[in-house]
Amino acid sequence: MKLSTASKMWPSMKYLERRVIHAILLLIGASVLSFLFSSLAPGSFFDEMKLNPQISSDTIAALRSQYGLDQPLPVRYVRWVKSVLRGEWGYSFAYNQPVRSLLMVRARNTLLLTTLAMALAWLIAVPVGVWVSSRRGRWDDQLASASTSLLLSVPELVLALGLLYLVIRTHTLPVGGMVSARFDRLGSWGQVSDLAAHLIVPVTALVLASLPILVRHVRASMIEVLQAPFIQAARGHGIARARLLFRYALPAAANPLISLFGLSVAGLLSGSLLVEVITGWPGLGPLLLEACFSRDIYVVIGVVMASTLFMIFGSLLADIMLVVADPRVRTDHASDRA
Amino acid sequence: MPSTCASPLLRVRGLTVSYDAHSQQPVPALRKIDLDIAPGEVVGILGESGSGKSTLALSILGLLPESAKAEGSIFLEGEDLSRTPESRWAEVRGAKVAMIFQEPGLSLSPVMRAGDQISEVIRAHRSGKSKQRKKEVQSALKDAGITDVNRICRAYPHQLSGGELHRVAIAQALVCRPALVIADEPTRSLDVTLQSEIQNALRDINRKYGSALLFITHNPALLAGFADRVLVMYAGRIVEAGPVAQVYRRPLHPYTRGLLQLVPEPLQHSDHISGFAQRERLPAIPGSPTRFDQLGGGCSFEPRCSARTADCHIESPEEIVPEPDRRVSCFNYGN
Amino acid sequence: MGIETAATRALQPALMRVRGLSKRYVQRTPFSRNKFAIDALVDVNFEITPGCLTALVGESGSGKSTLASCLAMMEKPDCGEIWFEGKEISHWSHRKLAPLRPKIQMVFQDSAGALDPRFSAAQIIEEPLEIQHRERGQQLRARACELMVEVGLSPDWANRSPLQLSGGQRQRLAIARAIALTPSLLILDESLSGLDLSTQAQILNLLLDLKATHSLTCLLISHDLSLVGQVADFTAVMHKGRIAEHGSTSQVLRSPQHPQTRKLLASVHVLESSFRTARAGGRA
Repeated sequence: MKLSTASKMWPSMKYLERRVIHAILLLIGASVLSFLFSSLAPGSFFDEMKLNPQISSDTIAALRSQYGLDQPLPVRYVRWVKSVLRGEWGYSFAYNQPVRSLLMVRARNTLLLTTLAMALAWLIAVPVGVWVSSRRGRWDDQLASASTSLLLSVPELVLALGLLYLVIRTHTLPVGGMVSARFDRLGSWGQVSDLAAHLIVPVTALVLASLPILVRHVRASMIEVLQAPFIQAARGHGIARARLLFRYALPAAANPLISLFGLSVAGLLSGSLLVEVITGWPGLGPLLLEACFSRDIYVVIGVVMASTLFMIFGSLLADIMLVVADPRVRTDHASDRA
Repeated sequence: MPSTCASPLLRVRGLTVSYDAHSQQPVPALRKIDLDIAPGEVVGILGESGSGKSTLALSILGLLPESAKAEGSIFLEGEDLSRTPESRWAEVRGAKVAMIFQEPGLSLSPVMRAGDQISEVIRAHRSGKSKQRKKEVQSALKDAGITDVNRICRAYPHQLSGGELHRVAIAQALVCRPALVIADEPTRSLDVTLQSEIQNALRDINRKYGSALLFITHNPALLAGFADRVLVMYAGRIVEAGPVAQVYRRPLHPYTRGLLQLVPEPLQHSDHISGFAQRERLPAIPGSPTRFDQLGGGCSFEPRCSARTADCHIESPEEIVPEPDRRVSCFNYGN
Repeated sequence: MGIETAATRALQPALMRVRGLSKRYVQRTPFSRNKFAIDALVDVNFEITPGCLTALVGESGSGKSTLASCLAMMEKPDCGEIWFEGKEISHWSHRKLAPLRPKIQMVFQDSAGALDPRFSAAQIIEEPLEIQHRERGQQLRARACELMVEVGLSPDWANRSPLQLSGGQRQRLAIARAIALTPSLLILDESLSGLDLSTQAQILNLLLDLKATHSLTCLLISHDLSLVGQVADFTAVMHKGRIAEHGSTSQVLRSPQHPQTRKLLASVHVLESSFRTARAGGRA
């Protein structure tokens, strides 16, 4: 359709349709940018081979043209888009397979880690935050503040390393990787417990890293709501303390927390890179790092696109949750001039 | 002594409240308040901003901030509220004494439906099935004057008009049939046309359920034909008290007189209003309500008083009973 | 003021006049295509006589604030004419309107929200003077203190934050800020609602004084007819976006034509006349 008709129709399109179009445009933009930037980086995959005197430069040139690396950028982009539409998402030079199958396995591993960590972090942060907000200034609030400050000031890297050190010294848990070498020979319960044992260190590191921010936000949002007149009015009607906190205050404090939740979801694929690399968890993190170093550009672009996808999904989820949770947003009218 | 009936519903003696009690400068909010309310009585508190009327209401409900210090006694149905532990307060509030706050738009949770909020009050005081609660909620809303009960129950506060919000607040207060309802400026943010309706709703409840009503306002006209007795407050003290008709016909305290003069004087034609006496200047009471940090040893109203004499600056007048049923704190009352 | 002076004033050319003013708001719910329209103003014809106090009365939602916004040039009407000082300004651009803005000032209902709490009282008054380059340096503070005295605030409070002032004092401050630029028209949008009776009376007296000393034209918007009916020269009653009735106050109140006017009159809070006569007798 013509651009002018499209722009006239814009306000009357349903909200969700608009978001989908937004998302597609965003994905296209992200792909173009990541293409550009990765091509700007000097060198290509085959540069490593140049160092090897046994491989002639002709072979290298032939390889390059075989993989289409000698084509101009727009052509490479179009070929990549076609590959995406075919379901391959590009081709990995290092692993010699389509990016998709590579990504799926690694993404699954990452999601296992991050979803678990996120769920745990939120499940701990919300009750703790609510509790300390009602005990403002007292000893448990001050203890919580001190602990969160301490955790915040320790970099994620150090946390993960510290945990690893602890585990190594005490020989309690397996170190590194996702499963043991004898995984396939274990029974189903054995497999689950093996996986769980490997999960403990990275999950703990991630939870400890994200917990302080969550607790602080929950606390701050709750404190603000607890000062609102309707809380005092509810107290004046005899509503009990626990109910006041969880049924009255928390839902009203939820808005900024929902946005934060959206951010958490958005970072599910990208937030665990450091921890994965350090603990040897076979997720997207190590893959991305490897691919960057070896200029396996289609893998890099694939990972970036997957992260972008999650980011879009996370923000859409937050918006939907906001509409569901806050009746004011639901019926609040964005006023237009006719 | 205040006029006592045999067994008053609420008996307040010597109530003195200061805010920021532990800081360098505690702020006195109430000074030696004595007050009785009989069961089923409608008592009006007439006072402007800074008179301590809201503090009085909060004291009866035990909602003063932690930094406030309260002395004196408050007896509700024979129970000494000043010695009540927090656990008991949750049973008293809402069930024996309930409050209608000043701005219902702000005193209702924005993310809960109106019906649920009323239901929560029932749930806090009685166990029972949700169906039963729903019926009680609907009957409370009807008592408060709502006709399309279902819509209001399902609506969120921001979807309701000012008048509807006020009625929801009334329903919340009366749903557990408290013996005393305190209404703190319940009509302040409303259009004039709605104010009478809300007042009528309150009066209907008082008549139907026999709950005593403590109606706090700054406008004397709202109490005429509505309250049985009036207590005039200024700077934390009760400066005059008595039956409404008598006080309005013959106010003894200069402040009461000043307030009554401010009510617009209508020009009558047949039996409806045909205008208001045009004035070159309104008879405003000079000065602003006395700030707490300016209270000296003398009468707190003295700087603004038209009837002041030399004594008024030095000493604070004690309460006297010039006639049965009337109290006044003024050296020059009636002049 | 007397009927004669009101009549002479009414013969003068109107300070501000609107003809056929209409404004409609369209709102849309998210996640749906439904739209619904609110007609805030419908074919409004209205005049403001210079040097007089005009009252605009109506219930919530009758369109008073929308009319005030259009008069103060804060919003553009959908159609209709606005005449100010003999010029039709409804279609003027922002730049063209800029020199006119100091002439029409507005005071709002929520004084605490309208005054920046980070500024001191004097700074709040100085701000418009500074922006419009009326004064500078020492003169700025001197003029601010002058204005504070004029509205009844003590100049010792020059450094106080508005949050430390009472509601009535804040409204005085807002009025001081509004008259700093010597406007031709002062619009008060429900500025007296929510104030105590004696504070309302004091602020009204202040407006009457300003009218007497500066010939300030005031438009007083309220939902309380009894309040403004005592001091206004002209009264207009609004109902559902239209002007229901308009004329001199005594006339409108003595013989109200529109049912809305009658409804507003019937709901005012007054004391029974028996109280008043008894009091007058008792005092003698």
